[in-house]
Amino acid sequence: MRLSHFDYYAPTTVADAISLLQSKPDAHVMAGGTDLLIKMRHAGLKLKTIISLKSISGLNTIAFDETKGLTIGATALLADVAIHPDILKYYPTVAQAARGTANVQVRNMGTVIGNLCNASPAADNAPTLLAMGAEVHIQGPSGKRTVPLDQFFKGPGMTALEPAEIVTAVHVPRLTPHSGTAYISLSARGQLDCSAVGVATMVTLKEKVCEDTRIFVGACGPTPIRVPKAETIVRGKELTDDLIDQAGVQASAEATPITDVRASADYREKMVAVLTRRVLSQARKRASE
Amino acid sequence: MKQIIELNVNGESYTVAVNPWQTLNEVLREEINLTGVKLGCGSGDCGACTVMVDGRAVSSCLSLAVEMVGKEIMTVEGMAPSGEELHPIQESFVKKGAIQCGFCTPGMELTALNLLNNNPSPTYNEIREALAGNLCRCTGYKKIIEAVGAAGQKMKEASERKTS
Ligand SMILES: Cc1cc2nc3c(=O)[nH]c(=O)nc-3n(C[C@H](O)[C@H](O)[C@H](O)COP(=O)(O)OP(=O)(O)OC[C@H]3O[C@@H](n4cnc5c(N)ncnc54)[C@H](O)[C@@H]3O)c2cc1C
Ligand code: FES
Ligand code: FES
Repeated sequence: MRLSHFDYYAPTTVADAISLLQSKPDAHVMAGGTDLLIKMRHAGLKLKTIISLKSISGLNTIAFDETKGLTIGATALLADVAIHPDILKYYPTVAQAARGTANVQVRNMGTVIGNLCNASPAADNAPTLLAMGAEVHIQGPSGKRTVPLDQFFKGPGMTALEPAEIVTAVHVPRLTPHSGTAYISLSARGQLDCSAVGVATMVTLKEKVCEDTRIFVGACGPTPIRVPKAETIVRGKELTDDLIDQAGVQASAEATPITDVRASADYREKMVAVLTRRVLSQARKRASE
Repeated sequence: MKQIIELNVNGESYTVAVNPWQTLNEVLREEINLTGVKLGCGSGDCGACTVMVDGRAVSSCLSLAVEMVGKEIMTVEGMAPSGEELHPIQESFVKKGAIQCGFCTPGMELTALNLLNNNPSPTYNEIREALAGNLCRCTGYKKIIEAVGAAGQKMKEASERKTS
């Protein structure tokens, strides 16, 4: 099936991209196109104008700084995030999530930011970045702003972006000492398809006590969701197996899954408890290493 | 409106007139007649349309031709360096019986090349993982994985001979 007809622009600066978006209100931004072009071909999305970000120089940068942390640019490829030495060393779960997205070919075209902006509740790169307190850098007609990732997702396919705004980068702070992260997702065809359910966490330990934690569940609500009551169960307490079990049960109660092609609501609900348990104990282990 | 662009495919330059909505797959097959590039699902799932762009395996069904200006594109037709002898991966596919109907073969071979360029001695599981986005409707996966392993071995030996 052929793509329907559209005009195509490849501006070379962010400012030009924004002016183009202002002058063509029905235009869509495209990075790798692995979500956008498929929606056009198979889901009947008709676009009049596509504005590619790929010719904007510098937007594909992946930068790591000991104090500032990690910045992933809007056109940085999933494949490059997956093997970046600093990301592997300081943000192993970010690399793991990128590597667990789709297949080799799609990772050579698609981007982490495209995965976020597409705003699928099942987006594989979202839960870990949310757990780590990432924020998105946005640029638009009225300048630049920064939005915490946990305020970015508004619903399936919906984000906090205003008209003519684009995301230029996602920034991830350094982990505090004695912190660990983990992400586990399940899907019918391994990493090839979007997750049926996924849970990510970050845990900070002081001795054996869980000083802080953030737990996010993917594919079990209109956006990836935080499970604050489950966090409360473990925060400030010694992180025992028993407490981890309780947090799992609570996370499952907080998730609001539906039944769809990928899994039933019942299965998802059960798996949230299992995965929450597993990620908490994995993160605990990493935090104490 | 059609745009005149120049594409570098298998080391040769082609001037083609394309519309922005034409995929690399359509242009390679229909304008340049490189029909070794296949079209299966059109949605990134099957890998039949895989080509190399600047040394990376990508799905040509999800790539716009207009975005390929200034890039080096390689299809299965460009794999064998001399055009007479087969590339070690191709040879290995033939020898190991890794080809049945052949529809998935060009994509499989290019994805294998992408893997072996980055990882000359992959494990069995690394090969499986790398080929996860390539479907074989004849289901000859075992032979394909063996062929890729054997090709890696051969390419490594050849490059060691060159440097010694
Ligand atoms: C075979 C296959 C398997 C897949 N498997 C997975 C999987 O396992 N897990 C998973 O999570 N996803 C999966 N995906 C979905 C997709 O590959 C990812 O979501 C990918 O990261 C999207 O990135 P992209 O650059 O291609 O996005 P695009 O398609 O270019 O863009 C996606 C959306 O985001 C918007 N957008 C992109 N960049 C910006 C920006 N900088 N500012 C504002 N808006 C922007 C676009 O307008 C569009 O609406 C799969 C896709 C395919 C084809
Ligand atoms: S035709 Fe491109 S991946 Fe199937
Ligand atoms: S050999 Fe027939 S599809 Fe693979």
